Amino acid sequence: MSKLFKSKFFAIVLVMMITVVAGCGQEKEAQSEENELEGTIQIAGSTSVQPLSEELVKAFMAENNKVRINVAGGGSGAGVKAAAAGTADIGASSRELKEEEKNVKEYVIALDGIAIIVHKDNPVNDLSQEDIKKIFAGEITNWSELGGEDGAIHVYNREDGSGTRGAFTELIMGKEVSITDKAIIQNSTGAVRTAVAGDKTGIGYISLGGINEEIKALKVDGVEATVENIKTKTYKIYRPFLYLTQKEPEGVVKAYIDWVLSLEGQGIVAEHFIPVK
Amino acid sequence: MQRSQREKVYKALLFCSALMALFVIILIGGFIFKEGLPVFMKYGFKEIFWGTEWRPSEQLYGQWPMVLGSIYITLGALCLGVPLGVLTAIFLAELAPRKLVSLLIRPAIELLAGIPSVVYGLFGMTTIVPVIRAISKKVPAYAEDPLLSTGYGIVAGAIILSIMILPTIINVAEDAIRSVPQDYKEGSLALGATHWQTIYRVIVPAAKSGIMAGVVLGLGRALGETMAIIMIVGNSPVIPHSLLSSVRSMTGNIAIEMAYSSGEHTQALFATGIILFVFIMLINSLAMFIVNKEAG
Amino acid sequence: MIKPQKTERVAKVVLWTAAMLTVITLVLILGYIFLHGFSKLSWEFLTTEPEAMGAEGGIFSSLVGTIIFTITTIIVAVPVGIAAAVYLCEYTKNGIITKLIRFGTDALAGIPSIVIGLFGFAFFVTLLKPLTGGWSLISGALTGACMILPTLIRTTEEAIKAVPASYREGSYSLGATKWQTISRIILPTAMPGILTGVILGIGRIVGETAALLLTLGGSLFIPTKLTDPASTLSLHLYKVAMEVGAMDVAFGAAAVLILTVLFINISAALIMSLLKKKTIA
Repeated sequence: MSKLFKSKFFAIVLVMMITVVAGCGQEKEAQSEENELEGTIQIAGSTSVQPLSEELVKAFMAENNKVRINVAGGGSGAGVKAAAAGTADIGASSRELKEEEKNVKEYVIALDGIAIIVHKDNPVNDLSQEDIKKIFAGEITNWSELGGEDGAIHVYNREDGSGTRGAFTELIMGKEVSITDKAIIQNSTGAVRTAVAGDKTGIGYISLGGINEEIKALKVDGVEATVENIKTKTYKIYRPFLYLTQKEPEGVVKAYIDWVLSLEGQGIVAEHFIPVK
Repeated sequence: MQRSQREKVYKALLFCSALMALFVIILIGGFIFKEGLPVFMKYGFKEIFWGTEWRPSEQLYGQWPMVLGSIYITLGALCLGVPLGVLTAIFLAELAPRKLVSLLIRPAIELLAGIPSVVYGLFGMTTIVPVIRAISKKVPAYAEDPLLSTGYGIVAGAIILSIMILPTIINVAEDAIRSVPQDYKEGSLALGATHWQTIYRVIVPAAKSGIMAGVVLGLGRALGETMAIIMIVGNSPVIPHSLLSSVRSMTGNIAIEMAYSSGEHTQALFATGIILFVFIMLINSLAMFIVNKEAG
Repeated sequence: MIKPQKTERVAKVVLWTAAMLTVITLVLILGYIFLHGFSKLSWEFLTTEPEAMGAEGGIFSSLVGTIIFTITTIIVAVPVGIAAAVYLCEYTKNGIITKLIRFGTDALAGIPSIVIGLFGFAFFVTLLKPLTGGWSLISGALTGACMILPTLIRTTEEAIKAVPASYREGSYSLGATKWQTISRIILPTAMPGILTGVILGIGRIVGETAALLLTLGGSLFIPTKLTDPASTLSLHLYKVAMEVGAMDVAFGAAAVLILTVLFINISAALIMSLLKKKTIA
């Protein structure tokens, strides 16, 4: 039995190795022929944009079945770098580019509002921009100061570098004031929402698409955080989702970006975020 | 090909494979140092390692809060995990009916070791954190401080970590206890000592270094744990001044911020990697030293 | 003064409590996860693609991703691991090089996965991008292979050491070369032990998240070649729980993960006992 076992084992290993080698060889076939869309696109970057990209790609590939698009994560920073270096065809970013990063072509594919959220039993419904700033700066520390029930305010913040935090800091905190150190850091929309949903005295900020019945979104200066209000620019806390390319896109890449910005693509955007057109 | 030549080729191939692990660890060290050292060079070792402020957007890359955070969580986990682990190991080696062990406890420990850390994180986040929050909100001294009453923090992290390191401690300690020569035990019992006296005065002291090795390995595992930790400890990069305080671990710092970082920020995260790497190498060397001392 | 008999009784109670506490902890965790995840568990959950960023639909793609990823990692790691163990056991005397190799293996075993992930990110994802395609199945698999290599080497070594010396002597005295002895006598005899090591490695790979977060890409699509990004169940669970916040799907995925680990543990035990019986017979 041992001999049989051995030969079987080596046969399996051999087959597996051949598969690997064959798999390696398969790369980089087919670039596009005229007219018919064919080819591979690599998208990398922001994990906030990734789910949206995946929805878009799924629909796009259903229409053009010779196109293969890979969507990888990695984060906004990595997305910008990948686009600039040309290592990915499209880089995705969920924050505005910094001055030194503006050497790439950028396309705003969607807008994402940022909602200020509290526990659903919190009696406070409306805060001024100034109050929000003071809460996140750590100057207001109890809900009783804002007409709520007595209780220390728990601030839920995002990690440094996050697009959501970048936009929030820029729009609410301004340049001089930074967010208090006495904040819990969660590294995604879902994590902040789950945390606030379970914390009666919590406050945080998340992507508008992430709002659900577990938490309550606050009005800011009397304006509700809705898609409509962002479109009309009455609700001012939002950020862009960007697609970045190294140079003027061509071929499949151009076709895909054009499609994303078309009515059809924007229709899919509208299911979760705010379309730009 | 000649037989002897073929033998030589095989030997060379095997040798290369054997070098692989060494090669990988050198590569790991090399890459992390290459990426992380520039930050140390630019700002100075003192500023980075002892620096108390981590604000990458303002070019402040102090690692001390994360170093302390990791140490506190790990020590907390050891305080809870070691007594439970060692006692369980003694039970398994000395007291347990064989059937109970093979049918219940051993599979339980194996499963405990196999549960992915994200599952521990999910569990801790949805059970332990809310419980601690509810309790701390009732204590006036804690309820006032936003950093202490959220439930996220050292205590929650230590509880979950202590469960995660249990299998390591139990397995290594049990092996150590079982390898104590039977004569010691028989001699002690023959002198009229009770079973517990024998365990306490003879067996455990004889297995001391093995048990220590288990503890140190558990320590290494706790220090390196990432996913469960970031879901539970709150991740605030502040110097903790209470056991309930939210903290950030070194591992968490890397996992949380790597995705969105760029430029110097990324390098600073690799700097965290360097510190963690050095800590772990020291701890592993300690464990190996203990094991070797026992063996030699 | 407390009587020894009384201490004895107290000690027994304490020891029993400790052991039972360990078991109860496990039961609590399992119970909690299954209580929340059980309602999600269904054939449909396993075989439908994730919808709405993972918040709805099933976990099919990450399930397939887990299998493909695990197989790839095992293919990369197992030959190297076995070869290394054979070299360490059969070819070396205790020289400096062996000591160094052993040190490397032990050290690698203790490196936290996030640090290995950092390395994978800097080396496989960034530096070797033209070959690996950046965040991809192969980048993740190579990183994973670094992680399980020490486990494989150690368990294989143990298994080889357990092969009786008389087998070797018999083989040599019949005129077999060293390689023949290794490939025909030692490895087949050590196979149950080696398989256990492989299964332990699989267990570790299936549960890994931190290193894959930085290397695998986390795509919701099923990879079609090695340079495609992929996702595994653990990674998907983390994303669904943290990024999307769909706790019901997360608990469902957690339940599936635990069942997988249970399945792996049981099959390891079965293979061991089965092969042991056969060798004895």
